[in-house]
Amino acid sequence: MTQHNRAKFQPSGTIQFGIFFQGVNSGTIWKAPESGSQTDFESFRRIAQTAERGLFAAFFLGEGLRLREHLGRPHALDVAGRPDAQTALAALASVTSNIGLVATQNTTYNDPADLAHRLASLDLLSGGRAAWNIVTTDNAWTGANFRRGGYLDHADRYVHAEAFVETAKRIWDSWEDGAVSSSVSADSWAVPSHVRSVHHSGQHYSVDVTPRLPRSAQYRPVLFQAGDSPEGRDFAARQADVIFSAHPKFDDAVEFRADIVSRSLAAGRGANDVQIMPASEFILAATDEEAREKKEWVRSLQIGPQQAVAYLEQFWGRELSAYDPDGPLPEIDPVVEETSETRGSGFHGARALQLAEQWRAEAKEKGLSIRQFVSSRTSRVDATFTGSYAAVADTLAEYARVGAVDGFNISPWLIPTGLDDIVNHLVPELQERGVYPTEYAGSTLRENLGLATPVRSEAF
Amino acid sequence: MSGNTQSGFLALELDGDGAHPAAWRKARHVPDGLLNGARIRSTVLAAESAGFHVATFADGPVSSGRDVAGRLNALQRAAFAGPVTSSIVLVPEVDTVYTEPFHVSTQLASLDYVSGGRAGWLVAASGSAEEAAAVGRSFAEGAALAQEAAASVEVSRRLWDSWEDGAVIRDVATGRYLDVDQLHYVDFETPADFAGPGYSVKGPSIIPRPLQGQLPVVAQAGLLPSDADVVLVSAPTPSLLVAEVAEVRRAIAGGGAVVGGGATRAGGAAVVAELDVVLDARGQSASGRLAELDAFTPWSSSRARFVGTAAELVDFLAELLVVADGVRLHPAVLDVELEELAQLVLPELRRRGALKPVAQGGTFRELLGLERPLNRYASVGSEN
Repeated sequence: MTQHNRAKFQPSGTIQFGIFFQGVNSGTIWKAPESGSQTDFESFRRIAQTAERGLFAAFFLGEGLRLREHLGRPHALDVAGRPDAQTALAALASVTSNIGLVATQNTTYNDPADLAHRLASLDLLSGGRAAWNIVTTDNAWTGANFRRGGYLDHADRYVHAEAFVETAKRIWDSWEDGAVSSSVSADSWAVPSHVRSVHHSGQHYSVDVTPRLPRSAQYRPVLFQAGDSPEGRDFAARQADVIFSAHPKFDDAVEFRADIVSRSLAAGRGANDVQIMPASEFILAATDEEAREKKEWVRSLQIGPQQAVAYLEQFWGRELSAYDPDGPLPEIDPVVEETSETRGSGFHGARALQLAEQWRAEAKEKGLSIRQFVSSRTSRVDATFTGSYAAVADTLAEYARVGAVDGFNISPWLIPTGLDDIVNHLVPELQERGVYPTEYAGSTLRENLGLATPVRSEAF
Repeated sequence: MSGNTQSGFLALELDGDGAHPAAWRKARHVPDGLLNGARIRSTVLAAESAGFHVATFADGPVSSGRDVAGRLNALQRAAFAGPVTSSIVLVPEVDTVYTEPFHVSTQLASLDYVSGGRAGWLVAASGSAEEAAAVGRSFAEGAALAQEAAASVEVSRRLWDSWEDGAVIRDVATGRYLDVDQLHYVDFETPADFAGPGYSVKGPSIIPRPLQGQLPVVAQAGLLPSDADVVLVSAPTPSLLVAEVAEVRRAIAGGGAVVGGGATRAGGAAVVAELDVVLDARGQSASGRLAELDAFTPWSSSRARFVGTAAELVDFLAELLVVADGVRLHPAVLDVELEELAQLVLPELRRRGALKPVAQGGTFRELLGLERPLNRYASVGSEN
């Protein structure tokens, strides 16, 4: 990677997999007999060890700092409740040896010194396998669970996040290599001049700390970022190692890559410096026909009749349980009121009336019931790869060939067995095609992703 | 069974290379071999196989002198130890003053899941200006610390109850994964006389109720007068420690049987004595070893210190365990003291019937003799 022109993007010719143990939306099927616990550690151990058997680069955990609500009460229909990401990953670190451990953590409701210290701890405990998926939040609804409440303006969230990340990097870089003595006869445990304090004083927080941890085997945690707005993409181009993208479809992925390459170059980084792993879902079988049948079954369990009605209720802002999920969209109009977080991120305020009208027309034209209409709208539609192991392997090989993505971050629809067919059948097909690793490149996440050693934020 | 009622449990503090600041100079590994998973694994497994009931993990600022200047987050060390152990209880120290109560609650509940119900919480209230500066908050001290601790513990206790045990119903017929009637907003607000910046927490939790219902809360005597399940007692010398434990026990018993979170326990909160330990080892006397360590860095500690032979320690612990529910040992040098404790001290205490049996897969509440607590939000009759 260091030999070629840094300004020209070079496809690696391979892809990698991550697993996203998301667990709080309709993507996870809880109604099947084989659906396991979302909280028992055995589910986590099982799925992480399966992923590691399949040479997955990373195991991701999501985070939501307030329980989802629907019409002002906790949302009842989907899987909910999950452990703290870093606590679960620290436990997984002791029963895995190569897979990267990625914690989604919020910049708004954490303190930089505390979060940086905990991520550095995870990085050292795991032998250099930790990563941070950086997310920002600015709503007061989430803030109601925290000391500071909702203090951040939407417009400030990336300014705030960037200062946070830069402070974290300085904390991770604050111990010179070799700062800790290599002999019990040394004069002191650490060389005093090799540890420096970090000070930051800014609009949203001040930090004055002598960090407590040296660098890890991968120097510092790998940074993932998922923002998709222009500001989010620029932030990722400046700060992230990997983008957890929302662009899995081939043409869209190619376009997204080009956009990120140009933003990376504009930020003074190399064309290959920011990797891309879109969210994805796989529905596989021995033949295409069987896979299609399986998809019908998966979808029927993901979007049941109640979920379909609940989806519309988010936009209508009222109870629609009287409507038949297999009948047409409601003729009744949405309630128009001030935007409320509890109505879900889909709510469009005054635009709700217009949206409802548009959806009714679309459903009528295509002859779709509520259930069919909602199924056709969920975001995972574009992110699903359905087909035989061989056919999907061929498709993915094309992504690898042109470098559309660096890998896929897979949300399994079944816990904890949802990776079994991918690891047992798809991975070998990909390996035969020469587009998937046949062993871990190293023991750290940075090595396994092929990322360069980070440059210290300040030289010693 | 009268012998059983007098038996107690032993806890071991696993921080760093030991409780003595110069311990790293006598450790059986080089200094840069301290801060990693292998070290956590080997020390916690050694403590478990020696028969300790509980491992504790200290947190907070570290020395700024010539000694160990690094420390991994305590809760993560405990979480890392969870899947590789099967009986030892894992109790990290977690601060309440400069942390977010909502995060602390979620992290501790998660620790209970990854350890199969073997988690506890050693509540700290940092009086350190250094920790205040790290997160840009004004420095709290005195009575404000106890207020911060009480508020944070109350937030956790409410959040742990905010999902009733049966909240995850997975009812295919109605399409409901959750029974929303079994989830509760906690609506915590700091009291009017709260010294620090007041705050509120809405809830419910983002993780179901911990396996134990409520994690046992451990605190130094006096910090959480009405809400600790386990009280840690210190005194300047071993003989004063026996008297102090008896005194604290009498005071607690006078307050009735109520412990943290509204649960009850005969005699009230469990009382655990804090003891620094230096033993004869490697052909060297304990006092000789201590003098050698002190020559590097003097050891100041607020705990009673036992310096002597393994046989003398057995006698002292047997005496202490008559009045205390448990003893927490702070080994001068972890690698050295743990070996002596494992070979000479714990086997003899077991032989004398002074130690409770170690329960495979048992919970911390079971070790303490605490029932699984009722849920404060449960509607009458919904719990069996």
